[in-house]
Amino acid sequence: MTMKTVFKKTNGLTDKPTHYCPGCTHGVIHRLVGEVLEEMDILEDTVGVASVGCSVLSYEYFNCDMTQAAHGRAPAVATGVKRVLPNRMVFTYQGDGDLASIGISEVIHAAARGENITVIFVNNAIYGMTGGQMAPTTLIGQKTATTPFGRDISIQGSPIKVCEMMSTLDGAAYIERVSTHDVPHIQKTKKAIWKAFETQKKGLGFSMVEVLSTCPTNWGLDPAESLEWVKDQMVPVYPLGVYKNKEGVK
Amino acid sequence: MGKVLMKGNEVIAEAAVHAGCKYFFGYPITPQSELVAYMARRLPEVGGLFLQAESEIAAINMVYGAASTGVRVMTSSSSPGFSLKQEGISYLVGSELPAVICNIVRGGPGLGNIQPAQSDYFQVTKGGGHGDYNLPVLAPASLQEIVELTQEAFDIADRYRTPVILMGDGMLGQMMEPVEFGERSETEQFKKDWATTGTRGDGEPKIITSLELDAESLERRNCNLQQKFARIKENEVRYETYFLDDADYIMVAFGTTARITMNAISKARQEGVKVGLIRPISLWPFPEKPFIETRDQVKAYISVEMSAGQMIEDVRLAVNGHAPVDFYGRTGGVVPTQEEIYDKIMMVARGVQV
Repeated sequence: MTMKTVFKKTNGLTDKPTHYCPGCTHGVIHRLVGEVLEEMDILEDTVGVASVGCSVLSYEYFNCDMTQAAHGRAPAVATGVKRVLPNRMVFTYQGDGDLASIGISEVIHAAARGENITVIFVNNAIYGMTGGQMAPTTLIGQKTATTPFGRDISIQGSPIKVCEMMSTLDGAAYIERVSTHDVPHIQKTKKAIWKAFETQKKGLGFSMVEVLSTCPTNWGLDPAESLEWVKDQMVPVYPLGVYKNKEGVK
Repeated sequence: MGKVLMKGNEVIAEAAVHAGCKYFFGYPITPQSELVAYMARRLPEVGGLFLQAESEIAAINMVYGAASTGVRVMTSSSSPGFSLKQEGISYLVGSELPAVICNIVRGGPGLGNIQPAQSDYFQVTKGGGHGDYNLPVLAPASLQEIVELTQEAFDIADRYRTPVILMGDGMLGQMMEPVEFGERSETEQFKKDWATTGTRGDGEPKIITSLELDAESLERRNCNLQQKFARIKENEVRYETYFLDDADYIMVAFGTTARITMNAISKARQEGVKVGLIRPISLWPFPEKPFIETRDQVKAYISVEMSAGQMIEDVRLAVNGHAPVDFYGRTGGVVPTQEEIYDKIMMVARGVQV
């Protein structure tokens, strides 16, 4: 009896086991990016830029040429790569500490220039790698290592809503926020990543997908509770949807 | 091509173009803004790209990205902006990426002013950013020498896969002199099979990174870097000497300070004082040889700098206690005059002779 293959690991990822914590959705997002690169048949034409944070080692996992950038600077590094190699697909993979805090300037200006790159922005409302400190995306009242009494607007201000802000820039061609808290949303996430790369392929300008993600370790929740927390706590603050699709990419 | 009259900052830019640099990422800062403006106009003519970054930090990281694809790439700045580039430079070193970074030094610390200075000597020669490293640093003293050293800088960068610093002071950037861009003879070819340009047609994915989580592995990597620095020290020392044969006193100066010092030396020689000059051209690796060869014959060395005394530390290391080392410097953008330096020579000559 021959068996039918119903699922296999994408060639977009290497065989190296990831170091991510149980219940963290970085692995899922990596797989989705890898699948899109493979299915679009652009793996060999892609240069990825890894950032600093939990996903720093993503260069070990994506099965394409990879360059590792300094903290927050991935969009600047990607700019350098893309300007020399306009026919290559160039993407960054950044967390919320990297992109929304130390690297907010680089990502805003990359979008303002209409830099024809794709940014995969993973938002789990906390710094993971350094041990659970407040990020610009940390929710009001959320307890972290540096907001032990909960984030207080009068002290730390309000969360930055990156998609809303970025979509005001003329150079931004495709901006969408998606989530990984259940299977239908994971499927939507893959579609969004596809459309972002399609935007770049068509040379339409800057594309970014913000993916709401989990951090069970630093949230102090188990994996299942973490998914619930994304749905119940994060999604109301960070509404899902397409914020910008300038050229109607499908 | 005959001689043309150009401004120092523009000469650096044109020399880079002649060296095959087609990519420049910059940010405006006085007194190097002409360099950026020249590149903005010039690079499109040669099918290259100029991009104004949102900050010096972004500019050096764009350089990192472009360098990772294997092309010749450059950025330039002046002291405060050069400080901002240090993180990126450390990453370039760690990831072994070639690039040329120009620092037209101005008065500091802090915002300082926009007048000429050499007070970034420590920063360029002792590392500058975090981690164990040195950078090749070339310091031209004339605009014609800028032409030669800018091209050398790109070759050194590619030869050793390292960032190279081209260091001038505000005076060198702003002055005008006739220069000639000779045709470059075909230099060595540099194979860049490490460049991340996509894997199509060349096999397994390539990775450019400075991260090495395992301590033993990072130490091995650092040992390799140190071996590279040792090779650079062996092969890339550059300096010139003047009137050392009979010198009782040896001046040490680089860049435009060396030119002013030369005038003071001529005057002192007319007065019968036997003075010579060592002009380091590579500030790192620092030229130790001319000191070792002279230190047991001379009465004293005098380091002349547009700083409170930075290169003097390397002079003392090279002299290693064999002779006294004196100093004359002006800071804050004040350029030492020929007369001041002459007076210093005469004071030391008389003092030691007594």
